[in-house]
Amino acid sequence: MSLLSVQNVSKRYANHTALKNVSIEVPEQSIFGLLGPNGAGKTSLIRIINQITAPDEGSILLNGKKLAPQDVSRIGYLPEERGLYKKMKVGEQALYFAQLKGMSKADAMGKLKIWFEKFEMVNWWNKKVEELSKGMQQKVQFIITIIHNPSLLILDEPFSGFDPINANLIRNEILELRKQGTTIIFSTHNMGSVEELCDYIALINKSEKILDGAVKEIRKTYRSNIYDTTFKGNLMGFTNAMWSGGELLEKNSEGELHTVRIKLTANNTPNQLLQTVLPTIEIHSFKEVIPSMNDIFIAKVNSQEVFGTQSNYTE
Amino acid sequence: MNKIFLIIWREYFERIRKKSFLVMSILGPVLVAGGFALMIWLSNQDKTEQKVLVVDESMAFYKNIPDNDFIRFYFPDVKLQQAIKDFYKNDYTCILYIPYNIAQSGNAPVKLFYKKTPGFAVSQYLRDVMERKLYEFKLAANNINPDVIRNARQSIHVVNEKIYENGDSKESKTDAMSFIGFACGVLIFVFLTIYGAQVMRSVMEEKTNRVVEIIVSSVRPFQLMIGKIIGIALVGVTQFAIWLILSSVLTTAVSATLLKKITADANKQIEQKEIIYKQGSNTNIKELQKADSRLEAIEIINDLKGLDFTEIILCFFIYFVGGYLFYSALFAAIGSAIDSESDTQQFIMPITLPLVVAYMMSISVMQNPEGSIAFWGSMIPFTSPVVMLVRLPLGVPLWQVCTSVVLLIAGFILTTWLAGRIYRTGILMYGKKVSWKEMIKWISYKG
Repeated sequence: MSLLSVQNVSKRYANHTALKNVSIEVPEQSIFGLLGPNGAGKTSLIRIINQITAPDEGSILLNGKKLAPQDVSRIGYLPEERGLYKKMKVGEQALYFAQLKGMSKADAMGKLKIWFEKFEMVNWWNKKVEELSKGMQQKVQFIITIIHNPSLLILDEPFSGFDPINANLIRNEILELRKQGTTIIFSTHNMGSVEELCDYIALINKSEKILDGAVKEIRKTYRSNIYDTTFKGNLMGFTNAMWSGGELLEKNSEGELHTVRIKLTANNTPNQLLQTVLPTIEIHSFKEVIPSMNDIFIAKVNSQEVFGTQSNYTE
Repeated sequence: MNKIFLIIWREYFERIRKKSFLVMSILGPVLVAGGFALMIWLSNQDKTEQKVLVVDESMAFYKNIPDNDFIRFYFPDVKLQQAIKDFYKNDYTCILYIPYNIAQSGNAPVKLFYKKTPGFAVSQYLRDVMERKLYEFKLAANNINPDVIRNARQSIHVVNEKIYENGDSKESKTDAMSFIGFACGVLIFVFLTIYGAQVMRSVMEEKTNRVVEIIVSSVRPFQLMIGKIIGIALVGVTQFAIWLILSSVLTTAVSATLLKKITADANKQIEQKEIIYKQGSNTNIKELQKADSRLEAIEIINDLKGLDFTEIILCFFIYFVGGYLFYSALFAAIGSAIDSESDTQQFIMPITLPLVVAYMMSISVMQNPEGSIAFWGSMIPFTSPVVMLVRLPLGVPLWQVCTSVVLLIAGFILTTWLAGRIYRTGILMYGKKVSWKEMIKWISYKG
């Protein structure tokens, strides 16, 4: 069941369209990656989910019900460009934001204490934000985002600007929160973190969704019968044996040891290839190359780019 | 609603707690009172003892210029050249040179030579005395008794009384009133600009700090804007209240001590004038004039006492809040639209311009409180907070006050609505040079 479903959302500004008929389904208790190049419309979509702006068309359902103003207390949002009141004390500020999310003062106080202890920042409580380092401020921002225990957590580029230690801390917290039942949407450029964290993704380019689904499924769909193999023996023998069924893409030799990347043609299976080459060489490893999210991202975005120019020509 | 209170609370307390607020609140009235006291003190200070050597070629004033409490005149028989030559050998502070043809038309100027600048009071006194003497001298030369002339002059006291259509009448104390009105108008002008600019800066700070996106994911942008505007308004009201209390305490203290001295000084000045008049003047006229000038001084004080200050303060409050809401919404819209301090100027100008116009209007309104400038200026919400306050102490028909207040309320509802629509788009718009045209477009965007 989807916790959040975005249905046919469009948003237009005076001189450009930010979102064109975008629909996504975010399953409950999943980590959902919202991908896309800069200016694709990710932040516009996130702002609409946060009810900061309203869509021109389409609707947003949270738990099957139309999104309502009081739902802000169920959503936690960490914007990409984030800041705090510099002159305000850390504790008071955290308390203020928690209360803005609808928590009672006592409740907020109790929860904040737990988080401040967890992140080892109890003695920052009475410091002004401007006295903190950037990394410290980021921790405060993260706590503010999750303090009200939201069922939907939206993180816009959460790892940009975080140092590696904090990034790791946040990563662990994200995984922990999902375990406890939180659904997390995050937008990112960092494809490595997508493969590591995301269960599902949606790829947005030029205001349109061009790809979505479970990460594993997508990568499977996009695999193109390419394999890496390392073997000992005669390289010529190997290529001669497989010439009918595959194509050599790359080769790398170190003495007797060769590593090659091959693309199997037509309906040939790895087993058929192995059968033909086994008599001549000694296999050390054989592994399918599954395209990385990075490859898929670039391929998808570029193909749309090409398509876009073509359509311009026909006009 | 609860969230708006939270925002108001934060905006209010963050400002109240600042040291600068405390300093301004306490120092403001102290500075004003202190400046006032300093002025009085300074004006009393320039009375250093003056010894004036008189070289009178006309012989009209020989031993005939009366001393006062700090100027003494000496009439040794000496020529001007010699006197100047020996100036630093003697302890005279000034040399007064009177040319021989002083009493004729086309006369040469009287000269005052000095070592140290003697100050305004000295030359003022000299001129008074000499003009008076010459006047009497010339009258006598024409065989006219100065008393005849003096008796012919009579000071007249004009009381303004307005008669209303329903037959009621009200005596208006124009001078004191128009001064109070003008002071209130200027105060409103200053408050509106200061607190409006504060709203703008605060909005801009939240935007450039990027804290705003976190907030608007919890509250609606309009709530944030209204909360901020109200919070800052409360700061203004608090500051005003502190000023009011402090200054009333201070003025009571000052008037108990300083004012007594001022009245005493004023009396002394009157007496000084009497000295001038003494020569050949008649006692009963003197008493009359004395009474006249005292009466005038007392009257102004009585006028001020008789004024209904609660009414003025109430109206001040209404127009301050109304005018503030009207303008601060516009300031908030500007603050939301721009990225940096350097862009503020071009957008602030059109907003502060009506305020400056209102200020200029109020000068003409003081002279003509019921003219058409006064009427329209006090109706249009852009200028009414300033202009109406100038008019109010002089008596404004109730229907005009009510219409003006209703228009002001309608005005700020409109500006707040417009500003809210610009604001919610503006605060999330970065890295874009905005124009007026663009901002007007934002008004039509769907929230």
